Amino acid sequence: MIQGRTLHPGTATGEPIRLTAPLSFWGGTDEHGRIVDAHHPQRGAVLTGRILLMESGRGSSSASSVLAEQIRARTAPAAIILTRPDPIIPLGALVAAELYNLNLPVVVAPYDDIPDHALVHIDATPARATITWTTA
Amino acid sequence: MLGGRDGEGVALAMRVIVGQARISDAPRLVEITSAHVDSCLYHGQVSLDFAHRLGDLGARVRVPTTLNVGSMDLIHPALVRDQELATAGRELMTAYVDLGCTPTFTCAPYQLPNRPALGEHIAWAESNAIVFANSVLGARTDRYGDFLDVCAAITGRAPYAGLQTTEARQGTVVFDCRPLGDFLHTELAYPLLGHHIGSVVGAGIPVLVGIPADVTEDDLKALGAAAASAGGVALFHAVDITPEAPREFADLPTSEVDLATLQRVRRELSTTGELDAVSVGTPHASYAECLRLAELVADGPPFKVPFYLSTGRATRGRLGPTLEVLENAGVTVVVDTCTYVTAILSPDWKNVMTNSGKWAHYAPGNINVNAVLGSLAECVASARAGQVVLDS
Repeated sequence: MIQGRTLHPGTATGEPIRLTAPLSFWGGTDEHGRIVDAHHPQRGAVLTGRILLMESGRGSSSASSVLAEQIRARTAPAAIILTRPDPIIPLGALVAAELYNLNLPVVVAPYDDIPDHALVHIDATPARATITWTTA
Repeated sequence: MLGGRDGEGVALAMRVIVGQARISDAPRLVEITSAHVDSCLYHGQVSLDFAHRLGDLGARVRVPTTLNVGSMDLIHPALVRDQELATAGRELMTAYVDLGCTPTFTCAPYQLPNRPALGEHIAWAESNAIVFANSVLGARTDRYGDFLDVCAAITGRAPYAGLQTTEARQGTVVFDCRPLGDFLHTELAYPLLGHHIGSVVGAGIPVLVGIPADVTEDDLKALGAAAASAGGVALFHAVDITPEAPREFADLPTSEVDLATLQRVRRELSTTGELDAVSVGTPHASYAECLRLAELVADGPPFKVPFYLSTGRATRGRLGPTLEVLENAGVTVVVDTCTYVTAILSPDWKNVMTNSGKWAHYAPGNINVNAVLGSLAECVASARAGQVVLDS
């Protein structure tokens, strides 16, 4: 188990996907949740329903819109774990919550201990985020 | 405002501002003097839902607010091929004008009159506008995303955090550009240098040494835009050029930038050979850049491939007879939007040349093309030849 800081509250369960390079949702992913950034080493990977582990966001200020639209269209990741606080990603989550009452948890936590093949559960309250996992 | 004193729309905007302040550990909010809103670019139903929610709840902007590009060229509507996108794009742009924003529809608001001054707190979105305002003008804006920009405009407040604060504006790493020598007097140096430093520093604050005194704002625009898209650069300092550049930086880590590095960047950003179209003006071409293009295209053989120039409607309005020179030479002038954020180029085109590091970075993912990066003169020569022609 690891604990972290909640940037946007919510609960989620899913398999992790660990980004090996920073990614901007805008220009970096499409409406189906697929990585389309031609320069990204994980181009083609689908983030939908996954627990996304990424150091921080990158680049464009349109990333909040793209994430909020993916949340609305149910193609977003199940949750996002960052190693550094990033304002743009939780903003997309906040707007989706205001408009659609859908909550995608965004947390900051040191995620190195999370194994690649596991079922990860996130319980993020405004006070703290708890991340647990089970391996098959 | 949070309690609904100024209406439910203002309360919603304030919830967003306070939520962001909490995430950024801001001790308080700061009053802003202007806003630049990027939320008017259509990203799906959520874009319309948010603008309409604010409007329905009675919100209006309370500081002068410019608008970024939308998904639609309102002056040449036939340019946008996708009717669904055109309709939604127009509806969204109208919704933001109805909230009290000025219909500037440009990604280069720093080319308009009434620019913010040194030390002014502002809330700008659009990564290239952010880096220009912070670096070249010395105004203060953090990296704001969609939604936050309009919420700052509606409340007149932003979190006092990040680049709003003096402490966060110090340089973190030095790039000694002097080995580039005379190459720094070419326009192509700046998008390449921007891409390189952005890739290296991520969200750090680069300090550039050796930028010549006669560097233009257009060069700094190209540099900042490329650095913001390749990394997360929201502020750079050019020693002896930009207003907050340090005089002492000996204690910072330093790396040299040489020609071989920038040639490698150019290869990374380019595929060569076939050419289907040319697109210049990202971020929006300035008045000076439009005049320069007109000089290059006024006489000479016709283009063999389509040639697009993106600029702001205000700049287009100032062009006078130059607009005719451009259009007679076969240049398609695009305003209010940009060729890589909406459906203007034909989906059959695979190889497109540009003079923009930002365009070369994003267009492959956005509109599924291969990009070739060249100077403006190389773009013109290539369009005339119908294939990529590079000087070196």
